[in-house]
Parts: sequence; structure tokens; C-alpha cells
Amino acid sequence: MSVTTSSLDTPIGGPSLARPRLRAWAFWVTAVAVYVVLRLLFLFTVQSGQPMFPAGDRGFGQAVDAVLPAQAAVQFLLIFVVGYVLVQTIVSATVEGWRHAKDRFMTSLLTVAMVIAVLPLVSVLVYTVTQGVVKLDGYFLSHSMRAVAETDPNGGAYQAIIGTLEQVGLATVISVPFGIMVAVYLVEYSSGRLGRVVSFFVDVMTGLPSIVAGLFVLALWVLLLGQGVSGFAGSLALVILMLPTVVRSTEEMLKLVPVTLREASFALGVPKWLTVVRIVLPTAVPGIITGVMLAVSRVMGETAPVLLTVLGNPAINFNPFSGPQASLPLYVFSEVGQSSDNAVARAWSAALTLIIIVLVLNLIARAVARFTRVNG
Amino acid sequence: MAAVAAFLIYQAIPAVSKDKGNFFTTFTWDPDGSQVFGIGAVAFGSVLTSVLALIIGVPVAVGVALYISQYAPKIIARPLAYVVDLLAAVPSVIFGLWGATFLVAHMVPLSRFLARYFGWIPIFSSPDNIFGKSVFAAGVVLAVMMLPIVAAISREVFVQTPREHMEGAIALGATRWETIRMTVLPYGRSGVISAIVLGFGRAIGETIAVALVLSANYSVSWKILVPGGNTIAANIANRYGDAGSIGQGALIASGLVLFVITLVVNFGARYVVRRGAKKAAA
Amino acid sequence: MAKRLDVKDLNIFYGKFHAVADVNLSVNPRSVTAFIGPSGCGKSTVLRSLNRMHEVTPGARVDGTVSLDGENIYSASVDPVVVRRTIGMVFQRPNPFPTMSIRDNVVAGLKLSGVRDRKRLDDVAEKALHGANLWNEVKDRLGKPGGGLSGGQQQRLCIARAIAVQPDVLLMDEPCSALDPISTLAIEDLIGQLKQDYTIVIVTHNMQQAARVSDQTAFFNLRGAGQPGQLVEIDDTEKIFSNPTQKATEDYISGRFG
Repeated sequence: MSVTTSSLDTPIGGPSLARPRLRAWAFWVTAVAVYVVLRLLFLFTVQSGQPMFPAGDRGFGQAVDAVLPAQAAVQFLLIFVVGYVLVQTIVSATVEGWRHAKDRFMTSLLTVAMVIAVLPLVSVLVYTVTQGVVKLDGYFLSHSMRAVAETDPNGGAYQAIIGTLEQVGLATVISVPFGIMVAVYLVEYSSGRLGRVVSFFVDVMTGLPSIVAGLFVLALWVLLLGQGVSGFAGSLALVILMLPTVVRSTEEMLKLVPVTLREASFALGVPKWLTVVRIVLPTAVPGIITGVMLAVSRVMGETAPVLLTVLGNPAINFNPFSGPQASLPLYVFSEVGQSSDNAVARAWSAALTLIIIVLVLNLIARAVARFTRVNG
Repeated sequence: MAAVAAFLIYQAIPAVSKDKGNFFTTFTWDPDGSQVFGIGAVAFGSVLTSVLALIIGVPVAVGVALYISQYAPKIIARPLAYVVDLLAAVPSVIFGLWGATFLVAHMVPLSRFLARYFGWIPIFSSPDNIFGKSVFAAGVVLAVMMLPIVAAISREVFVQTPREHMEGAIALGATRWETIRMTVLPYGRSGVISAIVLGFGRAIGETIAVALVLSANYSVSWKILVPGGNTIAANIANRYGDAGSIGQGALIASGLVLFVITLVVNFGARYVVRRGAKKAAA
Repeated sequence: MAKRLDVKDLNIFYGKFHAVADVNLSVNPRSVTAFIGPSGCGKSTVLRSLNRMHEVTPGARVDGTVSLDGENIYSASVDPVVVRRTIGMVFQRPNPFPTMSIRDNVVAGLKLSGVRDRKRLDDVAEKALHGANLWNEVKDRLGKPGGGLSGGQQQRLCIARAIAVQPDVLLMDEPCSALDPISTLAIEDLIGQLKQDYTIVIVTHNMQQAARVSDQTAFFNLRGAGQPGQLVEIDDTEKIFSNPTQKATEDYISGRFG
């Protein structure tokens, strides 16, 4: 039987498959139409730089102002987006039917959700940069607050930077070896109850509020053992916070090392601990570094545990083991509480410093992760 | 863990025993003075702000997770996920700073609008018409802070929806949203619930951002637009500096309560996940 | 109800990769056509292009026409959602929706179209389950989840789900390859019954199955290494298996490759 090439152009029987559908051009037309209509409606109230409805008493004006108190252009954008989505949904419902209209509406809604989620991040970053740049200079970074009254325009965050670096540094030095050892134990050696219990506690520790960690160190180290407030006490609290992250990410990395690698080593007669140290760990090192850097960037910004254990200090204290120290996030916190403009400006600059350090660490950590992925 | 609990209890007991009021229900906080104090107000505040944060943040977070996993073209899905995760890297004190200055000022029109047109609903009523730092603002800041966690976990769950279920729905002639509703969402339900619970744990333990955005008092009030309110964590941060020995003990006791709440919440999440896994395997 | 399928000059691309070239074939209403051929030669790809399922893969593109009773399903005014309702599909691995009951699984397609009337849904469910030879086994547990059935039962549930919306064509992508021999036989019997009401196209790795079940068989093969797949020969099943025209067909049938 040869292939028949039928050239029927009209359907034989039954309902056709064709449905009215909105093509791409329909959306552009809708957008332009909505824009034109809205522009005409608000022609007389749009003044650049001002909100569209200054102190509006009309309900609609207040509504728009409530959602987005900003310049006219931004508010117009908001009205445009809402109008467009509404009109698009109605048009789609009329032409394509409810199912497709609902589908398109949900697509728009989810896109809007995405934008909403990104906005705070952009806002925080931009605002921090604009506010903090004002006072951020070499003087700020290299001078402390000793003998500087709150209302003085001088003063800097040097003591805070030193404090943060020392506290986080000590915390890293303690938590990284300890964390790696725990992870090695969990992955390579444990097979029974103890392993499960340890893993369970690590899980619980990940959810520990930072202030509770601070309270613990406060109760135990500072009060009970009478060691007093110090940078080291803060480090201990930070260790509690860093450990779970280091353990978990090291665990993940170790698990990624192929079993075949270990088996090859064993087959050569290499004892287990040596295999771990010389073969497994080095393979997992890039991933471990990423995990450590992420943990470090997280605890650098912790205020609460430091608040309780380190107390803060306007002067420089190079010794983390005795006496109160300052810390960047703590500095931001205390300066913000002051009512003087200078203090607030200092807080912003310190905040900018902090966020730059944290974000740079974060970016480097992720870049390391991307470029050194363990390949099969 | 046991050590944490033990030492906290040890420090807390002397203080709690000196409490002349009922620790759990009293609202005022005056441990070094009249020795009447209780966590009633602050615990209420903790729960209220966190629940508010959930109500505001979870829909957006789930929406974002759906968008990134189902709608975004592959090229931008990774960067978008990264941007959302970046939100989690910002230190909480900076959120507090931004919240106290930028957000609070910008929320005044919204608060005024809500009070004016929806004031007949009790939570929105505002007798003094003063707007600024409030539970509402704290709720928004917490929502922003817990968004990346909920979104990341939800996203991971959505991505794991078995392809064959989705294809089954598509082959029946379902639109994209219908497919998601029939397959992705039911499949990811327990994962999203555990994400929500973890987000709640994060919100309730958040100290600094809340401390900066609330103007603390010890009243218990449903009116979220009125300045005031307090949470356990923020209370500890605010009152620690000038606390005497009983005060310290009292704060530690309240921290212990927070710790217990967090433990329960984390266990809860774990339990839900395990039950969900069991159901899927059945 | 059952309609005729005409495929003309069909070429399928994944991005730049030319997957299938120049397919021309016709399927008569109320008949069974089997696609056979070695792995990777494009059988499933062609099958999926018959109800626009390939569009699920990003970058997939089709040239040529596929006509249902003369109407090209790829024309610009045609809604893929409607195409998939009219041309149903059953997959290799049974995929009932795990969170839905058996009854809800069967009427899932109907509910999507907005049918709400409980009585009507129940009637359709019963009819479809009868049509899939599953009614007697599940009539007492319509409310239980679809995942609790055996593999063969699940696949028949998927068939019930597909025929509940009364499609014109039923596409089956290796429906028995994940099932045991007894279930396979049950489904083959079912196909014999279904062809009285539907046009069926089935992809299968199992040549004996093709010989048992189909009226017309199409043999697909790769043009060469790295080349697109193509339709080598299509004819009445009897002829293909006893006296094929092309040598490649004969080689495949007698097991010399594939």
C-alpha cells in the first residue's frame, strides 16, 4: 500500500481543533492601549518627582500611595502593571476562555511575586550604599571611638573591625578542625546509635536562635565560670553557630567523594585514617572551603550572641581574651540607638563595611564552589 | 544540647523562684525592681510577629519558588535563585537598620490607609493615629528575612516532582497552571509545610532586626499598626544591658522558653517531613 | 469519534539536532498501527509529535503537517491543550496521580474541562473503567488512592483516564514494557477491544506484540550513525512480517540487528 498524501483541507466530521488564541501581538497591543488610556486619565496629576496623589484624600489616591509611596513615575508603573494584568485577563477570558485566562493570570501573578521578592534585596543594598558611603573613608576605618562623644562627627569603626576579625578568626580556628573531625566521624566511621544521635543534635543545632547560643555562653563561661566578658567569649558563641554549617557541608563533600577512590586506597593496604587524611579530605577540600566561608560570612553579621558576651567597647582592645571588645554588627547596633545624626551616619558606614565584607566572602565561596566541583 | 539546656536552667531557676508574679502569664517586666515579671507579653509578641511574617512572606516565597522552578527560562533560573539566596546572606542587623529607617518611614502611608479604611477590623484599628515602628513593620521585616529559606526549600521540592506525573497531566490537555495545581503542588505539600515551619523557627528566634524595628513595650495587643509590642528575643537584647542579677536570670529564663519553642518547632518540621515521606512511599 | 491521522513531510528538530526526517504515513480510523524499530531511531519522538507532547521539551520544533481528519494540528490557530484532549496518550510507566483517588484519576481530564456534575462524572468513570476492563477489580474501592494498585491495574487506570475524555485517537508509548507478561496480555486484549472505538497508534519494542495487535506496522530506523531517524517502510502487518519490501526491515524482523 503506498502512502496516500491526502490533501484534505476541510475537516471531515466532528468539532474543529482550532480555537481562538491570543497571539504575541495581542499582548503588545493590550500593553500600549492600557498605557495610553491610563496616561490620558492621569495626565493632569503626573508631576515628576512628586507622588502622584500628594496627601491624597481620595480613596484611590490613598490606596496607591499606601502601596507604593514614591515618585510619580514609579506609582504610574504600579498602576500600569495592575491595569495591564486586569485587562489582559479579561481579554483572554473573552477570547480564549476561562481556563487560559486563569493560566495567564497565574503566570503574571507569579512573575509579580518574583519581582516583589527581589525588591527588598535591591532596596537594602542600594540604601545601605547610599547612606553608608557618606562617611566611609580611611579615617573612619582606622580610628576608634575612644573619647569621642556620641554627637561628635569624628570617630570610626577601627576597634569594631579589629574585634570582629579577631572574634570570627578565633571562632573559625576552633570550629573548623572540630567540625571536620565530627563530619569525618559521621561519614567514615559511624554506623550505629552514637552516629545517629550526633547527627540528630547537629540538625537541631542548625535551628538554634543566635541569641540562645549567646545566652548559653553567657551562663556558662561568663557567669558560672566567672571568666567575664571578652572577645573569646563571643568566639565561643560563634563556634556554636558555625559548627553545624561546617559539619553539614563537610559531610556533603565527603559523601561526594566516590567510594571507588576509598576502595582503591584500601586495596593498596593503606589504613583507614591515613586514607581519610591523605586521599578523601584533599578531594573534598574545595567544598569544605566553600562551606567554611559561608559559615564565616554568616557569623560575621551576628549581633545577638556578641551583644551578650562581648559587650562592646569604644576603645581598641587588641586582646580578645580579656575585657570587652567591639564588633562590627554590635557597633552598628549601638550607634543606631543613639539619637545623634553623626552616630547614625557612623552606623551606616559600619553597616556598609560589614555588608561588603560579608557579600565578598559569600561571592568568593560560591565562585570556589562553582569552579572546583568534584567531577565524577 | 543537653548542656545548653542544663546550664540555662541552672541560671534561670534562682531568678524565676524570686518572681513574685506568675512567670508565664505576667505581662510586666520589672525583675530588679518590684520583682514582678513574666513572659506573657513577650511570648505573645514573638508568636504574633512570627505568624504575621508567615502570612506575609509564605505566599510570596512559594510564588517565587514556583516561578523559578516552573516558569523561568533556564538561563535566568539559576541567577534568580542565587539572588534570592543572597537575601539570606545579609546580616540581620542591617535588615534592622534598613527596617527602622527606610521601611518604617515608607510604611506610614500604608498603615494610615489600613487604619482609615479597614480600621473596623480590630487588628487594624489605631486609636492614636500614630504610625511608625510597629508589630506590622516587624512582621514585614521578618517576612523578608525568612523568604529565602522558605523559597529555597520549596523550590527544591518543586523541582523534584516526577516528570511522568507532569507529563500525564499535560497529556490530558492541562494548561501550565492546571498541571502545577494537579501535580507539583500536591507532591510538594509536605516539603512546603516543613519549609514554613523552619521559616517560623527562624522568625521567632530573630533578635536584632526586631529589636530595632519595634518600639518596645509590654502590652498585649492585637492592634498591629500601633507602635509597641515586644518579642522574647528582642527583650533579651534590649534589657540585658541594664539588668541586675535577678534581671539576668529572668532574661535567661525567657531565653530558655525560646529555646524550647525552637526545639519543638524543629522537631515538628522533622516529623511532618517523615510523615510525608511515609505517605509517598505507601 | 475515531478519526483518521495523516502525517506529511514530518521533520522533528531538537534545537539544531535533526532527530527525525521526512515521515509520511496515514492511520485509518478504528485501526491499530504499530511503530517498531531499534532504540533511538525516533519512534517515540514521532509518537509524541502526534499530540504535540514534544513541545514539553524546550527547543523542540516540528516541520510538516499532522492532520486529524484533515485538520492540521500544527496550524497557528490550533490550541495544543485541545489537541491533547482529542489525542490522548498512555505512557511507558503507569503514572496515575498519587494524591488522587481512583475515581478522581479517571475523571481528571473531564474535571479540567469544567464538568462538575457529580452524577455525570460517576457515570463517565464507570463507563471508562468498564472500557479499560478494570471496573470489576476496583468498583469497591473507587475512593482509594490510585497508587495502591498493581502495575497492570495502574496502566489500565491510565487507559481509563485517557478514554474518559473520549479522544479521537489514542497514542500508546510502549505501554507494556514495564509490566509482567500476564498484565501485558490483558492490555493487548484490551487494545483489541478498544480499536472498535478509537484510532490507536502504539510504539513497541516487542515485535511479537506488534504482530499480535496491529493492523498496520511502520518500521523506523536511523539513516546512519549520527543521522536522523526515518520511516523505512509502512504496510499491513501481515505483509511486513512475512514479506517486507526493504532489506533493513527484513534484517530487523529476523533479529539480525536491534
